[in-house]
Amino acid sequence: MLRKIRIALAVIFWLGITLLFLDFTGALHGWLGWMAKIQFLPAVLALNVAVIVGLVLLTLVFGRVYCSVICPLGVFQDGVAHLNVARKRRRKNRKPYSYSPEMKWLRYGVWVLFVIALIVGVQALVALLAPYSAWGRIVQNLFQPVYIWVNNLFASLAERAGSYAFYDKEVWLRSLPTFIVAAVTLVVVVILAWRNGRTYCNTICPVGTTLSFFSRFAMFRPMIDANVCKGCKQCEHNCKAACIDVENRRIDYSRCVDCFNCIDTCKFGGLKYRFAWGKKDSSASPQNDKPVSANDGGRRAFITGAALAVGTAALKAQEKKVDGGFATILDKEVPERDIPLTPPGSKSVKDFYRRCTACQLCVAECPNNVLRPSTDLQHLMQPEMSYERGYCRPECTRCSELCPTGAIRKITKEEKTQYHVGTARVNAELCVVEKGVECGNCARHCPAGAIMLVKDDETGYRRPVVNEEKCIGCGACENLCPARPISAITVNGRHNHIEE
Amino acid sequence: MERRDFIKISGAGALALGAAAVGCAPKKKTAPAAAAEEGPEQMVYRENPVNGDKVSLIGFGCMRWPMVEKDGKRVIDQEAVNEMVDYALEHGINYFDTSPAYLMGQSEKAAGIALSRHPRDKYFIATKLSNFNNQTPEASIQMYRDSFDQLKTDYFDYYLLHSIGSGGVEAFRKRYVDNGMMEFLIKEKEAGRIRNLGFSFHGSPSDFDSLIALHDNGEYHWDFVQIEMNYVDWNHADGRRNANASYLYEELDKRGIPIVIMEPLLGGRLANVPDAIAQQMKEREPDKSIASWAFRFCGTHPRVLCALSGMTNMDPLLDNIKTFTHFKPLNEEELEFMERMATQMMEYPTVNCTDCKYCMPCPWGIDIPGIFKHYNTSVTEGRYAQTREQEDYRKLKRAYLVSYDRAIPTLRQADHCIHCGECLSHCPQSIPIPRELQRINRYIEKLKQDTL
Repeated sequence: MLRKIRIALAVIFWLGITLLFLDFTGALHGWLGWMAKIQFLPAVLALNVAVIVGLVLLTLVFGRVYCSVICPLGVFQDGVAHLNVARKRRRKNRKPYSYSPEMKWLRYGVWVLFVIALIVGVQALVALLAPYSAWGRIVQNLFQPVYIWVNNLFASLAERAGSYAFYDKEVWLRSLPTFIVAAVTLVVVVILAWRNGRTYCNTICPVGTTLSFFSRFAMFRPMIDANVCKGCKQCEHNCKAACIDVENRRIDYSRCVDCFNCIDTCKFGGLKYRFAWGKKDSSASPQNDKPVSANDGGRRAFITGAALAVGTAALKAQEKKVDGGFATILDKEVPERDIPLTPPGSKSVKDFYRRCTACQLCVAECPNNVLRPSTDLQHLMQPEMSYERGYCRPECTRCSELCPTGAIRKITKEEKTQYHVGTARVNAELCVVEKGVECGNCARHCPAGAIMLVKDDETGYRRPVVNEEKCIGCGACENLCPARPISAITVNGRHNHIEE
Repeated sequence: MERRDFIKISGAGALALGAAAVGCAPKKKTAPAAAAEEGPEQMVYRENPVNGDKVSLIGFGCMRWPMVEKDGKRVIDQEAVNEMVDYALEHGINYFDTSPAYLMGQSEKAAGIALSRHPRDKYFIATKLSNFNNQTPEASIQMYRDSFDQLKTDYFDYYLLHSIGSGGVEAFRKRYVDNGMMEFLIKEKEAGRIRNLGFSFHGSPSDFDSLIALHDNGEYHWDFVQIEMNYVDWNHADGRRNANASYLYEELDKRGIPIVIMEPLLGGRLANVPDAIAQQMKEREPDKSIASWAFRFCGTHPRVLCALSGMTNMDPLLDNIKTFTHFKPLNEEELEFMERMATQMMEYPTVNCTDCKYCMPCPWGIDIPGIFKHYNTSVTEGRYAQTREQEDYRKLKRAYLVSYDRAIPTLRQADHCIHCGECLSHCPQSIPIPRELQRINRYIEKLKQDTL
């Protein structure tokens, strides 16, 4: 029964979070946004005390149910592991798993590394290890394109039927390194889960390790009744966390994720999920140096994953063919920016990159094709803005509504105009006015009215100048500038976005 | 037009609709029955008083033929063209109007292929000297000679100086007189390679006067003139930049010059009119298409030799043949009705674009006719929000924005227009294109930002 409840809840959470990452229309935010906000690491980065305390209390009372229910990567691994277990069962293999001792060095080593990275601000490492970020990355890079393609299929059907229920959305590769990392992460996680269940969660996952500090002392735990237990090891062979040591009648509660599979497996009722305080502590695990080659497998997986990613990199954005009756339009190229552009709602570039876990939720969401993961080593996988395909439109605040870490604070349309994320600058040489064409498109479309046209004495044409005080850095000018491939007016980032 | 005005007139339109429904009820019973019995069962022909040509009252305009993608290029669907031309000839249409500029320069060739499969004396060919870009004698004569090869013929029945008017007689002299082309063409006419020499006109009344003065003073003789005429342009062309068709018609009629009509449907806009107007038409003629009213309007005027229709596929062709084989001119009352419809039509904030594509390609890649067409269709089909307060605002907003993105790729949308003004001189309708694009873009911005 407990297992069934766990599965039902897990499926709801997993579907919810995954849908949140897949949806690009903004329709699901209101309903599902909270699921991202109760994730552990985002809550830590957002300094969301209520959520952190809530999750710690949850763990102290029920154990690591977070890992079995709330964490999307955890639930995904359960799914993968389940497929393999089912396959093994069909082959009459009744021993999919067996007990293995805790890999302390690896586990705590990674955790210490993670905490240092978090404090020092090596966000790439944090993002690489954090389970929620990893899942977001996988969904946004690998599953969302498929979701959009299916949507586009519906959109073309809808178009034929004259319906506006679905609209076309462009699929494009936002950043190759992030795509590769996502693909590799997926391969590694699938292999680990397929072979050994929850290996990732109990050796690498820093959130799992953090929660394990509390789950050891959980109020309710699955407990072996030594009087009933016949030592048949059915529970041990079905424990995907490999934490039940039947030999010694012990369970390693630091690794138990409260999936309750063992309870359902025991034919004799030898395992019970019950009040554990004051009962004999069985968290200590016996010494047994059976090496698990997680590292090795990881490396191998990385290589195969990389090969796979290079193969799929060819799925680059499909551009529409140019009609013979139309002038060819060159694609825009990313201009040089001394300071990166981070979205309105981020207090400063520094604050943004310190808080962001690179989960890609904002990237998956951005309706204007502005956000994409950075390829800059310092901020690898963390988002930045660029205006080749669109600009940060005045009415849009979708990333700010979603960000679970507070890297992008929730803002309204009106508040958005207060954020000065960058400043436009003109490269007179590239401006089409130089070729003797009257233009002024940047000034015409500037929502802040920050661009003025001044008469050029030489050519007689009016060229744009920027009033830096009024410019908010939205990029309308850069995006709509006719100079291609590099715009004549480009936006450079600013360190601080708002005065407080 | 201000939003408030538009709301006001929409309301007025609805009122008129109600009035029409009540007022016309008794007539409805007699009119259609009579039409079916009285109308002749054959194609209507008009005789050219000068040379006796028997021209079908409906002519085939070769500017809007279907295009298909072939090897990454847009090319004319020759098979479809052949089928349409065969069917048209079989049902009595015998006037085909093309130009070296149409359909990215492919129209003449396709017309030549389709027509040369039939005896040359079964149809009239009209083509034009479309020397818009290069007006040197060499290039102009080359263009003239190429038309013979493309159309696989050794004479043209009707040859036009393509789109003169705007810029007045000076522009005409620059394109056709100073380079010796008029002299050349008159010689060609004497040699029998041109049977009728005329011009197609777009411009103001004074432009027209100056051109017709050449005819009056005997400097040049116009065998025919091609004008834009339909029930909206009859009295509601703006009258300044674009002369009203009623004025042009009367001036030509006075002089006995045969008239060929272009844009009888305003690029299809008069086939797809706002519901309020369509309903009034259907009240009177439930079995006749909306387009048939526009054609009957043209055909009702006796000086009209031929009304050209740019038919894109078989369906309008069938409908037009039906209109002109059961042709029934409009009576006085019906002409008044058309005038009322035109007045109502003018109250919609549409752009006066006929989708002729002369402005294309825009050097900055904007799909000008596409944007106008999408806007016009949205307005006439009621997919046009007027205020944020209206009940179905959300629905209308979504419909407009989604259909806009479907119709026009992002990079070719109105906000990318830089107002360089390159298009202005090409537009036969003298539409202030950049300004209209900006107007549409402002509307779109208001939708997107919910500030309508």
